[in-house]
Amino acid sequence: MMSLEFAVAAALFAGVVAYAVLGGADFGSGFHDLTAGGARRGAPLRTLIDHSIGPVWEANHVWLIYVLVMWWTGFPESFAATMTTLYVPFVLALVGIVLRGASFAFRKYSETLWQAKLFGVVFATSSVLAPFFLGTIVGALASGRVPADGNGDPWSSWINPTALLTGCISVGTCAFLAATFLTADAARRGENALAAKLRIRSLVVGAGTGIVVFAGLIPIEHDAPTFWDGLTSRAAPVMALSALGGIATLVLLWRGRFGPARLAAVVAVAAVMAGWGIGQYPWVLVDQVSIADGAGARATLQGLLVAVGIAAVIVGPALGYLFYLTQSPEWNGEARGGVEAGEGGSIRRGDSHWSGRLGN
Amino acid sequence: MDATQLLAQASDVVAAADPAGLMPARQQMALSLGWHIILACFGVAFPAIIFAMHLRGIRRNDPVALNLAKRWGKASAVLFAIGAVSGTVLSFEMGLLWPGLMGTFGDVLGLPFAFEGLAFFLEAIFLGIYLYGWGKMPPKLHLFMVLPMAITGVIGTYCVLAVNAWMNAPVGFDIVGGEVVNIEPWAVLFNQHAFLAFAHMWLAAYMVTGFTIAAVYAVGMLKGRRDRHHRLGFMVPFAFATIAALAQPLAGHFLGHDLAERQPAKLAAFEYADETADGATPLTIGGFYIDGEVKWAIEIPYLSSVASLNSFTEPVPGLDQFPEEDQPPVNFTHYSFQAMVGIGLLLLAAVALYWFLRWRKKDLLENRWFLRFMAVTGLLAMTAMEAGWIATEVGRQPWIVYGVMRTPEAAADHSGGLWGIYGASVLLYGGMTIAAIVILRSMARRWRSGAADLPSPYGPRPLPADGPGEVRECADEKADGANRPTAEQGAAK
Ligand code: HDD
Ligand code: HEM
Ligand code: HEM
Repeated sequence: MMSLEFAVAAALFAGVVAYAVLGGADFGSGFHDLTAGGARRGAPLRTLIDHSIGPVWEANHVWLIYVLVMWWTGFPESFAATMTTLYVPFVLALVGIVLRGASFAFRKYSETLWQAKLFGVVFATSSVLAPFFLGTIVGALASGRVPADGNGDPWSSWINPTALLTGCISVGTCAFLAATFLTADAARRGENALAAKLRIRSLVVGAGTGIVVFAGLIPIEHDAPTFWDGLTSRAAPVMALSALGGIATLVLLWRGRFGPARLAAVVAVAAVMAGWGIGQYPWVLVDQVSIADGAGARATLQGLLVAVGIAAVIVGPALGYLFYLTQSPEWNGEARGGVEAGEGGSIRRGDSHWSGRLGN
Repeated sequence: MDATQLLAQASDVVAAADPAGLMPARQQMALSLGWHIILACFGVAFPAIIFAMHLRGIRRNDPVALNLAKRWGKASAVLFAIGAVSGTVLSFEMGLLWPGLMGTFGDVLGLPFAFEGLAFFLEAIFLGIYLYGWGKMPPKLHLFMVLPMAITGVIGTYCVLAVNAWMNAPVGFDIVGGEVVNIEPWAVLFNQHAFLAFAHMWLAAYMVTGFTIAAVYAVGMLKGRRDRHHRLGFMVPFAFATIAALAQPLAGHFLGHDLAERQPAKLAAFEYADETADGATPLTIGGFYIDGEVKWAIEIPYLSSVASLNSFTEPVPGLDQFPEEDQPPVNFTHYSFQAMVGIGLLLLAAVALYWFLRWRKKDLLENRWFLRFMAVTGLLAMTAMEAGWIATEVGRQPWIVYGVMRTPEAAADHSGGLWGIYGASVLLYGGMTIAAIVILRSMARRWRSGAADLPSPYGPRPLPADGPGEVRECADEKADGANRPTAEQGAAK
């Protein structure tokens, strides 16, 4: 079973899961930005979002590039078939990704409130639309809507029960992840009022998403039978794990254990994604092209694994370092009870900091 | 036959040759690549320039340099963000617009893209650390966080250029009975042409970035802002641009050296060689190619053969040797190529003049005409780079993979409706361009008026009555600026 093709498919899928979790939390913050309320009421939450995703959003978003490149290099024909069929959701997701990244950066340096509002609205709206359309692509693939030769129906391929539901699930899981992450961030920064508000949000969004994920299974039985068979047999354990993770997250949030709640939420969402992958195994394009049939040249697959190996050795630690820094007290103004108190003061810094040596 | 019949027949021919979705797909590709490449230049070259400035600030304890490095970091945050999203557009478009290329050759050309992705990862990670690390990390460690970006710029550029070089000089596969076989992905990654193309593009990135930043400070000096801040802000990027501008024509010459064997039709178009000459081909300036002939041109004997073949006797193979359907659009290719070379030589002359006179103890920065010229060098370098790309890409036509696959075979079955998407893209890219300019200018204005930090207004300013903490500004910036020596703010005007 551990064939070369399988190894590449697994590496590709690992990227999908990483994107769903990290990129998902990133997208999801847009949902909360959108629903944060008017300029005055929403300001604390929007500021928190800016702090939380500012240093990491570009890195989180490279997972998508990784997935695309692995796909077109490892399974080129299925990539072309998917692109010629699902170009509508791809283009719409792309527009969302472009608008959100650009307007996030623009908002950070906006001069006036109206500019910040304009870019903020674009950022938030497109952050909700992009995961929806990416989700419909998942549903279209899982329900076998992409023919092996491509050029499938551009509309019915993704406007169907499974795809629309996976779109909603995708928005929900993003919002859920972001809510738990932001709650923990707010608590870590000592912004207790904000953390309390976010805790309620997380509970509501989490419960709602859980319901959508499991209600979403109902139409799949008829709409995507092959996928359904996989889900209810091979993938049943991970789906159960996902349910457990979701419940654990809610319990932990309820009890105010925000750090561990984050972990449980990650497990829940990663398990949902794994459920998709395992459910549709061994197909790349369900009922059409299997992993073994769709793979590209062997030498190329080996090359890809070399690239993945190097990435694991070099990119892995670097990514870990970035996440470690963003969680460290120095980057959070934790030491003095939150950023608020530190506004006029200073971020804690060592004596060696340059500003200390400038004779001021 | 009357005119309508003729017209109908003509459009039939066009339709048979090119599917309706081809032209908009090409325009779409050109727009998005042409836009991305400018931002990519900043992604490649800006980190090294910031590093040099930041290093100077730390080693010489120079607050002006530190302040410049910090501002450039913030400006680059805006540029890198739109650079990254516009790059994402490209990776979607490879599949959306050219499924025939990706489906057939995805596993041939994919490996360089995989390594490029690796480079992007590192770039994005260290970007996050560097930009947000001001004031939060030990300063030396923080400084070195910008270096990986300069290195990933090399890897990323090389990898993308490896793909493009492969499209121009395909290697690493055989076609047997219509099937692509014997694929050697490493041969694509390390193809011979890639190294030269990389060197040329990498230098172009340093020219575009160096001249553009220097131009900003040249404008400031023209407006009478003659302080150390402006001088230093001009000199450091100008030094980078100088080295690149001096090396660039050489790199370009070597890049073109094998064009006669690699893509003779492209070379003929570059040189306006309508027919193969009896001896050395002259260099053609001006003129226009119609009906298989170049008209109204000035010719300088020998020069074309000397430049492109290193020979006083051999002729450049003429366009008459290629069937019509294998020729690129000649005029567009030719003028793009000449624009690039012309601008390259002009910029070379300008930097050489500056340093020569400086050696003779005369400072051209006192000369308003020189500053005026410097103010447009950024745009000139961008034009040269775009022209170079257009010469390369349009000159490759009608092939997408030279000699192997024609562009129409690679295109998707989209209809003319693709023009709608193209129109929307023009609006989108136009909007992003305008927004980026507005934001960057507003940043500069606020800096000039003394604001050290640029907190975004996430809500209305709090009234004293609201009590503290209702609405906050960007605290990382705020806290960071609070420790800034006021003397520096004075100097930073
Ligand atoms: C600042 C930008 C810039 C400048 C000043 C120059 N170039 Fe260039 N040129 C490029 C930017 C560029 C480019 C846009 O980066 C290209 C497109 C593809 C590539 O690798 O580099 C290019 C392509 C390119 C090619 C095409 C190769 C091919 O299609 O295979 C040749 C022959 C040259 N250049 C030669 C020159 C010469 C002789 C120059 C002398 C002044 C010169 N370039 C200046
Ligand atoms: C370095 C990586 C690049 C790659 C892999 C690449 C790839 C492609 C592809 C696949 C096409 C469409 C097929 C074709 O028309 O032959 C194309 C066309 C084109 N590209 Fe590039 N490109 C690269 C860089 C650039 C840049 C930086 C520009 C900047 C202007 C550019 C300008 C164009 C233009 C103008 C066309 C349309 C040519 C035509 O159809 O007449 N390319 N390129
Ligand atoms: C000579 C041509 C090119 C060069 C030198 C180049 C270089 C770069 C650089 C430096 C970045 C990082 C941008 C930033 O953070 O500012 C970038 C981003 C990107 N480029 Fe290009 N690029 C080129 C052409 C292309 C082409 C042809 C493609 C795809 C077909 C492409 C795909 C991407 C992608 C997907 C990203 C985004 C990665 C991210 O999320 O950070 N690039 N490119």
